[in-house]
Amino acid sequence: MTTEADEQTLVTQEMVDRKAEWGSERTSPPVSESDIRKWAIAVYWPEQPPSMYWDAEYAGGTRHGGIIAPPDFNPFAWPIRPTPTDGIGRDSGGSPPPRTPKPSKARSASTGEQTSRKGKRGMNGGQVETYGVPIRPGDEITTRTRLRDWEERETRLGWTLFTYTETEWRNQNDEIVKLRVSTGIRY
Amino acid sequence: MANNLYYEDVNIGDELPEWSRTTDFMSWNRYAAVNDEFVYIHMDDEAGRAALNEQGAFGMGNLRYAYIVNALQSWIGDEAVIREVGCQFRAINQRNDVLTVTGKVTDKEETDGEYRLRLDVDVLNQLGERTCPGHAVVVLPKRPDSE
Repeated sequence: MTTEADEQTLVTQEMVDRKAEWGSERTSPPVSESDIRKWAIAVYWPEQPPSMYWDAEYAGGTRHGGIIAPPDFNPFAWPIRPTPTDGIGRDSGGSPPPRTPKPSKARSASTGEQTSRKGKRGMNGGQVETYGVPIRPGDEITTRTRLRDWEERETRLGWTLFTYTETEWRNQNDEIVKLRVSTGIRY
Repeated sequence: MANNLYYEDVNIGDELPEWSRTTDFMSWNRYAAVNDEFVYIHMDDEAGRAALNEQGAFGMGNLRYAYIVNALQSWIGDEAVIREVGCQFRAINQRNDVLTVTGKVTDKEETDGEYRLRLDVDVLNQLGERTCPGHAVVVLPKRPDSE
């Protein structure tokens, strides 16, 4: 029996086929002190960022024993080649979406940042990030991503699909750096 | 950031010190530069309006997430760590918005050998609108003489 939800579902066969399956891994270039310093300047602008992120002597005297990156630091920015997406317009490694063309038609701006490939409206619903060991200069971070789950329901936007994408980052010592669950919204 | 917060010094109901930023193309462009986040809706008013935001270009959700992280780290100091931050992007960050991170301690407990605080967090704009409701978990040291 076909239900109303079945008829209006936004779930694609591609999503069903790859549900819970980890995608291919990729590894960041080595993180440099300068990468961390620039990131810290940007996110603390216009005030000076904390010494932990740029002053090796100061950082060496803390529990961390040296410079670390801010928890939200992204070592996957600036890839040489565009990276695969998770199917909802978000980069699978936690970076921004691939370079998008200038839009000619309406896109949702309610809170979001992208539209889906089929012209449906989409947005970034948010994220939960759980942190393990910090990122340090010299680290090479390996990421993998999977579409963990989804749900559909009627909202004020109409029939809405919520996708939950899980991303894992490990360092070169196989220590967990970050686990992220991001929520994609399509309607 | 020489201050250090100790587990014993925090009570449920305590609030995060105020942490604010006025956001415009200077802050957005700097974030775009480090995060490679050059998306027209964050750069171009025409693209922002085409995206149904009458005021034009608007800010990145990830930058507001960073502000939550910064406010937490500034409060807890360098001997404490952020274990988790989550938020929902509920409203747009318009140009020249004054964004203020807020937070309130909702729980404290010893878990897995860590002394943890749980907080409700948000990023309010100058109108008091909640743009980023969420939660955080931080791990604090105990006072050396309390062990």
